[in-house]
Amino acid sequence: MDIVGFVDNLFADYTLRQVAIGAAMLGIVNGVLGSFAVLRKQSLLGDGISHAALPGIALAFLLTGSKSSLALLLGAAATGWIATLLIMSIVKHTRVKYDTALGLVLSVFFGFGLVLLTYIQKLPVAAQAGLDKFLFGQAATLLRKDVVTIGVLGGIVLVFLLVFWKEFKLLSFDPDFAFSLGFPVRILDVLLTTLLVIAIVIGLQTVGVVLMSAMVVAPAAAARQWTDRLGVMVTVSGIFGALAGVSGALISSQAARIPTGPTIVLCASAIVMFSLLLAPNRGMAWGFVREQINRRQLQTDAVLGDLYVLANQHQEPGHGHPIEVLRTMAHGHGGVDRSLKVLKERGLVQEPGSGEWALTPLGMEEAGRLSRQWRETS
Amino acid sequence: MTFQDKGIGEGKSGIDAGTEPAVRVEDLTVAYGDKPVLWDVDMEVQAGVLMAVIGPNGAGKTTLIKAIMGLVQPVAGYVSIFGKPYLDQRRLVGYVPQRNSVDWDFPTSVLDVVMMGRYGVLGWLRRPGRAERKAAMEALTKVGMADLAGRQISQLSGGQQQRVFLARALVQDARVYLMDEPFQGVDATTERAIVTLLKEMRSEGKTVVVVHHDLQTVPEYFDWVTLLNVRCVASGPVEEAFVDRNLRLTYGGRVSYLTHHTPEETFGTPEE
Amino acid sequence: MTAPQIEIQLIASAVAVSCALPGCFLILRRMAMMSDAISHSILLGIAVGFFVIRDLTSPLLVLSAALTGVVTVSLVELLTRTKRVREDAAIGLIFPALFSIGVILISRYAGDVHLDVDAVLLGELAFAPFNRLSVLGVDIGPKGLYLMSGILLLNLFFILTFYKELKLSTFDAGLAGALGFSPVVIHYGLMTIVSITAVGAFDAVGSVLVVALMIAPPATAYLITDRLSYLLAASSLIGVICAISGYWVAHALDVSIAGSMATMAGVFFVATFLAAPDRGLVSIFVRRARQRIEFAQTMLLVHLYNHEGLPGVERENHMDHLHEHLKWKPGFAGRIVGAAERKGSISRDGALLLLTGKGRETARRAIVG
Repeated sequence: MDIVGFVDNLFADYTLRQVAIGAAMLGIVNGVLGSFAVLRKQSLLGDGISHAALPGIALAFLLTGSKSSLALLLGAAATGWIATLLIMSIVKHTRVKYDTALGLVLSVFFGFGLVLLTYIQKLPVAAQAGLDKFLFGQAATLLRKDVVTIGVLGGIVLVFLLVFWKEFKLLSFDPDFAFSLGFPVRILDVLLTTLLVIAIVIGLQTVGVVLMSAMVVAPAAAARQWTDRLGVMVTVSGIFGALAGVSGALISSQAARIPTGPTIVLCASAIVMFSLLLAPNRGMAWGFVREQINRRQLQTDAVLGDLYVLANQHQEPGHGHPIEVLRTMAHGHGGVDRSLKVLKERGLVQEPGSGEWALTPLGMEEAGRLSRQWRETS
Repeated sequence: MTFQDKGIGEGKSGIDAGTEPAVRVEDLTVAYGDKPVLWDVDMEVQAGVLMAVIGPNGAGKTTLIKAIMGLVQPVAGYVSIFGKPYLDQRRLVGYVPQRNSVDWDFPTSVLDVVMMGRYGVLGWLRRPGRAERKAAMEALTKVGMADLAGRQISQLSGGQQQRVFLARALVQDARVYLMDEPFQGVDATTERAIVTLLKEMRSEGKTVVVVHHDLQTVPEYFDWVTLLNVRCVASGPVEEAFVDRNLRLTYGGRVSYLTHHTPEETFGTPEE
Repeated sequence: MTAPQIEIQLIASAVAVSCALPGCFLILRRMAMMSDAISHSILLGIAVGFFVIRDLTSPLLVLSAALTGVVTVSLVELLTRTKRVREDAAIGLIFPALFSIGVILISRYAGDVHLDVDAVLLGELAFAPFNRLSVLGVDIGPKGLYLMSGILLLNLFFILTFYKELKLSTFDAGLAGALGFSPVVIHYGLMTIVSITAVGAFDAVGSVLVVALMIAPPATAYLITDRLSYLLAASSLIGVICAISGYWVAHALDVSIAGSMATMAGVFFVATFLAAPDRGLVSIFVRRARQRIEFAQTMLLVHLYNHEGLPGVERENHMDHLHEHLKWKPGFAGRIVGAAERKGSISRDGALLLLTGKGRETARRAIVG
């Protein structure tokens, strides 16, 4: 069966379609909002919000008795927001630092969530089975109406982001300056954080609370490697998020007993690694390659220079020098054999006797030129 | 300190004494927790002057700027810009923060940052367009950064970063400028360029208040000076205020300020 | 109280103190979130260790998992050093990835073994009494208790032995380096301790509670003191209180013990946050209100002093013009004047305010500083 048929077959599966679409949307929205979170140094806030969402989900169920996505999401968003406010309040009023406040609120809220879950477990309505899917996500349980909810909420978030684009850009770069221009910084901050909370909350059903933070951070971190422009970064981040979501959904559906949430996270992590290594300019692989090229160039020049020195000492340009001499002279930089090979190809050296090397007339010229250059620049 | 006493006169550097001062600060007191950072500061900046604010570290200079703009809340006191509260006059005030107050790794270009200066005029939702771009390029030309307009800001030197901030302030076309240590850590060429720019702004009738760290250059660069050390020690034209006694009071450790009471009344006899 | 109940509380207390001790250093060094990262990623260590050793109860599992903790920290550092990713983002990238690998490995290859991912988060303190340790055929108690006690002793040993180094490198890393203690070694030593503690506590209480117990009691103690020795002692005590109270709440409501302990840790933090003497929120607000009034009084006195003897004093020092010049609301001005009068700093001549000798002295002192 060819690729098209294969893909066709995959998407013919209703459940898989729902999962893929849901995962793609969560990827896009979190990639986009995650960009701002990362730029504002709030990478781990996503972790905090997602862990804090757990009690909200449980409470929403306890209060409304409903397991509808919307109700649970609202509960999640509420406690997520409260957690954020609490963290800010702790930092503002005590000498407890941000990371401590974050870890504290995160673990306490999550612990409380577990208390509620185990409480619900005992209720006559064996309801808890549906709720602990939020721990690690259970994308396979995504229904069409869940996907619609995710889509609508995600769409609203993206629209808001587009509308207030320049305000959010300004807020993220220089909030004091924004204030001096007359923008209500606190309101904008609240708005942006709310969008982040919604973005996180819509992904919980797919990836779960424990892993959600990766979906906020990874696409953005990856995208940053490819561009220096905010608009491009945000777009690429959304694309990466969708890519991770869909591939994760596909892969986990093909193999048995591989949960979707972790797979999506690993796809996202792979994208990050790929970007870190291979992105043009910032990619570390290129840096490594550049370094190697430079080093080799230096070595070749050094060997040429050594031969020049030897030639001047011996007053006999054609006289061959044993390779061991060159190796001794080169103990600071190495790479003699390779350098000689390259120099021979360029016609700058010759091998008058076996294992003995000398400069050609062209080589003498080149070496002379280089040595003048060195003298000028040092 | 009453303003009658200051003898702020007419005809100094061509200022019309009938107009409101560009910035007036009265009884400004700011505290962080228990610690007073600014105490009962009275200060007036006449329109059209180029003023330096100097004082030792922790003297509250940055806090003064921020308090004028409402970025920090004072415990007491009042600020007015041309006679009206700052919040009503934000459009008239341009702010140049310290260079290290932003993350220069943010993915944006020089031109983009300068255009942000026009956001206030654009207001909500409207996108910057050709007019904004033109204004930004003009400002960049003025600071000598026009050919770096497309450069990513993380690739700029300290002096270049400062020029970008200045260009961003220029496009605001404000009447009063508050600058926080614009000369900090810039190369000599940039420093000269900034001074030239500031003097040009003054000749255009703008008022510029600069938090400055280098005492040596005060008389050369500025015509007015405020000496601050939690309290306002002195404020006035450089020839009058930038004198030994005031400098000693400002930097000498013990804080005090001049009142119309004789020094003996306030501080006791010299032997004490 | 039954024997199992006592045992559970003992284990829980041992966990609490074992966590609180390194936790103090984590919060002081601003590495709180590293505990979150480590406690998640050691799942991978447990999974890998299990596949190699094939025995869930082997102590070597502790080793392999602890190793993963150190690896996590190294990876975060490596990633940060490339300068392309900030440290907080690096943490948020590495631990979910490692955790995901762990979850996948377990789900796929160990689904039938009792290595339940849920347990990873929750722990099974309730079952701890059932896992006994017997020596020479004699049942001497639950394994968990011995494991945690061992770890507790290890942590105590580490902290007591390297107390000076830990203290110095936490508060002044540069000086520590200059004096020849390698802050890096101390750092990795601390991370190893954290990992070992997390692994040991894992079985009993799961990864969530480890984080809660490493951060919340030290943070609570930090609200009250900043002396290292007091901090260590106080956070241990608070940790034990959280553990025991948490257990009884869980017992009463029949809910997750671990979650309940975490919740109690939060409750105590909030209580301290609000009510701590000096630093608690309530104290702060009360003090601020009092300060505002004191500030205002001093300002009034200085204002009066400055205008004394000058032309226009009748207007400036007039009761009704105070709120104009000092921008006080009339009600507020009245309160300040009343307070100053009561203190004997000013006297009134009709609506005109005059400084008394005491008031003048206060004003002069405020001016001189």
